[in-house]
Amino acid sequence: MIDNIKILLRQGKQFIPDVTRATVPGIFRGRPVISREKVNEQALAELCPTNAITTGPCSIDLGKCTFCGECAFAFPGKITFTADHKIASNDRERLIIREGEDRPVEINPSLIRKEISAYFSDSLKLRQVSAGGDNSCEWELNACGNVNFDMGRFGIEFVASPRHADGIVITGPISENMAEPLQLCYDAIPDPKIIILAGIDAISGGIFEQSPAVNRGFLSAYHIDLYVPGNPVHPLTFINGLLDLVRKKT
Amino acid sequence: MKRIAVKNNQSIPLSSVPELEYTEFLEQNTALLADDNNHCVNHYAFPFRGKYKLMCCIANDKDGDIYISSSSVGEGAKLPSFAKQHPAFEKFEREIHENYGIEYTDHPWLKPVRFPTDRADTGKTIAGYPFFRSDSEELHEVGVGPIHAGVIEPGHFRFICNGEQILHLEIQLGYQHRGLENLMPGKKKLQQRITLAEGIAGDTVAGHATAFANLWESLCGEEATEDEHRERTLALELERLAVHTGDLSALCTDVAYQLGSAVFGRLRTPVINFFQLWCGNRLAKGLIRPWESRFPFTQELGDALSGLCDTYEKDFLQICGKTFSLPTVLARFERTGVVTRRQASETGCVGMTARASGTMRDVRLTHPHGLYAELNHHPVIKSSGDVLARAEIRRDEILQSIGYIRKLLDRRPSGGASYSNSGAVVPAPASFAIALVEGWRGEICHCAVTDEEGSLMHYKIKDPSFHNWLALALAVRKNEISDFPVCNKSFNLSYCGHDL
Repeated sequence: MIDNIKILLRQGKQFIPDVTRATVPGIFRGRPVISREKVNEQALAELCPTNAITTGPCSIDLGKCTFCGECAFAFPGKITFTADHKIASNDRERLIIREGEDRPVEINPSLIRKEISAYFSDSLKLRQVSAGGDNSCEWELNACGNVNFDMGRFGIEFVASPRHADGIVITGPISENMAEPLQLCYDAIPDPKIIILAGIDAISGGIFEQSPAVNRGFLSAYHIDLYVPGNPVHPLTFINGLLDLVRKKT
Repeated sequence: MKRIAVKNNQSIPLSSVPELEYTEFLEQNTALLADDNNHCVNHYAFPFRGKYKLMCCIANDKDGDIYISSSSVGEGAKLPSFAKQHPAFEKFEREIHENYGIEYTDHPWLKPVRFPTDRADTGKTIAGYPFFRSDSEELHEVGVGPIHAGVIEPGHFRFICNGEQILHLEIQLGYQHRGLENLMPGKKKLQQRITLAEGIAGDTVAGHATAFANLWESLCGEEATEDEHRERTLALELERLAVHTGDLSALCTDVAYQLGSAVFGRLRTPVINFFQLWCGNRLAKGLIRPWESRFPFTQELGDALSGLCDTYEKDFLQICGKTFSLPTVLARFERTGVVTRRQASETGCVGMTARASGTMRDVRLTHPHGLYAELNHHPVIKSSGDVLARAEIRRDEILQSIGYIRKLLDRRPSGGASYSNSGAVVPAPASFAIALVEGWRGEICHCAVTDEEGSLMHYKIKDPSFHNWLALALAVRKNEISDFPVCNKSFNLSYCGHDL
């Protein structure tokens, strides 16, 4: 008993006091900023492993971005990755960063369904399905519930069964072999329910987008309630994205 | 003896790999496994000149050689199996059969490996797979998955139980298959291939990226600098440290030891935040590249890492002392999920799974890469083969990794290689290269073959989980089904690394 108390005292307060204002340590590659500097746009777009960069004028699609930083290394005057980790949105268009812009990625209030803030603002139970995920997003989603990030204090939890859930969080590009299990799981969640795509593979297929082993048909059938970019998603991106989604009043 | 001996991370002309008649190929390679020091690191096929070329790579742990030999068989070949002579080959042959339809006439069980999209028999589907069953009225079946209760990758576990006791477990994987191996030659840009390598198993980014970088450098005749090798070695040990800590947390969760779960869980955070400090990504994606140091390891980083090791170690020793002496924890860990030494070595287990059962398999010692040769590595070996052994290995390896990190930090960098876009470097034509890395789970093996123009023709990836899933199926026999989660977590095998 004394040992336990010693350990608890030593660990002290582990939770991040205010996740909405927390900053990430180090050289985190978050939201990029594209300057109007003239560069060889063709060469710039060529660099990107997942064709996230379009030209004339330049833009970066965060739904396809692996955040590898190749573009910023090669063209440091043109592209800078800021440490802004709040890059989730419910509007797919808002994930596209355009040249000359330096403003936060935000939730689009007009796209939030009424049920979301009516039912889920203080309690959101989520079922996680890894559909070809490489386990990096899954580790980070698990970290969201640890004593540092503690999303449980907002009433957000991952649950064991779709029957207990208010929504589904999908990671991975959706492999062919997971297409049917994913559908069955989604169907088993009672209404109203939300769909969250976590990570580059889920949002756009990532580097696997053109693989014949991937089947993304599920996504064209439903409205997606939240896109959380990242490779993998940072726990702060995920938690803040959820808080902004469920707490905005329509 | 018709085979060629190479060292780890070596590239050779494909023509220098002896091509034998299949019978001689079988006899030679199965005979090699009579010596316990030898184990098969890869055995696979690829389409070549209208037939299928079979490659066999057997590592000798005593002298650090890897013996490579090959054979060539036609479409629809019916062959005697290696597996009949030694079970360690059985899964490799299942994969060859599944991919190319080669029939092994006396293989014990040609169970599907991962149902890839381009498999030979598309009549077989993952949804329709016929699990081994029993019609007894006293026994019942429990099916778990593919989707599991936690935030974890999918796979199906079919148990046959007598009341609480598991008599038999059959594991069927393939749900995570993304067609990664075909994308390797398919995607032409180096940055795309690195991205693929990093995505083989997102919890083993440093492991697979190092294997890819080492292999690609060898294929292209480029050398990494000493600093780059130091960085890769640091990254591998940090990754080991981070994941082992997370695993100890998960093991505590599964036996309802809340304090251990919370403390180990939070101890992982500063380690991966260090990766973020170093390279901008908590799981080290973007850190390791062939022949360049994208994020040089500076003195400031060294000081930060040194401080981290000191604070981490104090907290770690405190919670470990408690966890490994608690009767409630030990009661759940001891004699649960036992894999015997014989099972581990006969089925070809590698890495932690093997070492927990008294079998010495550790590439850091036997085929050292990076700076492991100078670290004078002594693998941690346990003999009880139970969950406790696997938990103890993690504890001991964490302390060992901290020791290695400190040694590597004492080594001053020799003068950083800065970023350069070496786009003009191309692989040697008609070559074969192999790279072995000891990831935190165990031995990773990447093999590549280029064509006459130097384009990548075939890339074979073997994650340690490929060997070790069978160990889990054996470990749970005679245990209670309620102990399945803790057994599974004690192995913590990769689904996507297996399914590719």
